[in-house]
Amino acid sequence: MKLTSYVQDRQLTIALTGEIDHHSAREIMQTVSEKIDLYMPLRCILDFRDVRFMDSSGIAVVLHTLRRMNTLQGKLFLQNIPAQPYKVLRAAGIEKVTEIREECTK
Amino acid sequence: MRGENYMNLEFPSKSANEAFARAAVACFAAQLDPTLDELGDIKTAVSEAVTNCIVHAYPDTIGQIILKARILDGNVLDIVVKDRGRGIEDVEQARKPMFTTGGEERSGMGITIMESFMTEFRLSSVPGKGTTVHMKRKIIRRGGKK
Ligand SMILES: Nc1ncnc2c1ncn2[C@@H]1O[C@H](COP(=O)(O)OP(=O)(O)O)[C@@H](O)[C@H]1O
Ligand SMILES: [Mg+2]
Repeated sequence: MKLTSYVQDRQLTIALTGEIDHHSAREIMQTVSEKIDLYMPLRCILDFRDVRFMDSSGIAVVLHTLRRMNTLQGKLFLQNIPAQPYKVLRAAGIEKVTEIREECTK
Repeated sequence: MRGENYMNLEFPSKSANEAFARAAVACFAAQLDPTLDELGDIKTAVSEAVTNCIVHAYPDTIGQIILKARILDGNVLDIVVKDRGRGIEDVEQARKPMFTTGGEERSGMGITIMESFMTEFRLSSVPGKGTTVHMKRKIIRRGGKK
């Protein structure tokens, strides 16, 4: 999976797209990890604007990214989360362990 | 409702079928005129149930998954997802939030999500024989409907 990302001042923004399920999650985790290893960011932002569907596999993606950022002593932010993925993330209490910015509900 | 509607599907436990299964149920559910939120809940629950068959029931083989959906009286969608895989030794434990035998790639939240997103949820399993998930979701009738 190709994920668009950009880096500025050691802030890495990654735009997730499409449907996040068990079928796609492994590749997403791998790509996210590679980008974090490459840029060693202090802040990582996962942008959910173009995520059309997400199940609990997405929770594992976020927790995996969080662990990665914790080992770098960096911070993880989630932003632009549509209603369906937001409900799934909330079921796991993700809002308690990461910072969520300007959620948009569609 | 007279002449109740139903559908039955059978497919191999390939992960590419996760998207197919939830889309199929969403299309079938459309006749109940659900909101986007209701549809999102249904798709999520189906995705969780089918993924569990793929990941846990048949960890090293490709097995068969049976997916049934029915419309019940009172605008209720009834869904059954069944596998003939390895089954669950301790169902109580499996239902606990965050419990997983799937390691880093899983969150252990699948069953918790099915329970909370659906109106009814039942899980029965026989170790070595397979697992059946039976869930229902009532779709709210909104104004303007017959
Ligand atoms: N169909 C199934 N066949 C065998 N084991 C299952 C099945 N569904 C669930 N399980 C067991 O229950 C546990 C919890 O499932 P779930 O809540 O969906 O979390 P996850 O899939 O993230 O592990 C799984 O880790 C697995 O051990
Ligand atoms: Mg699961």
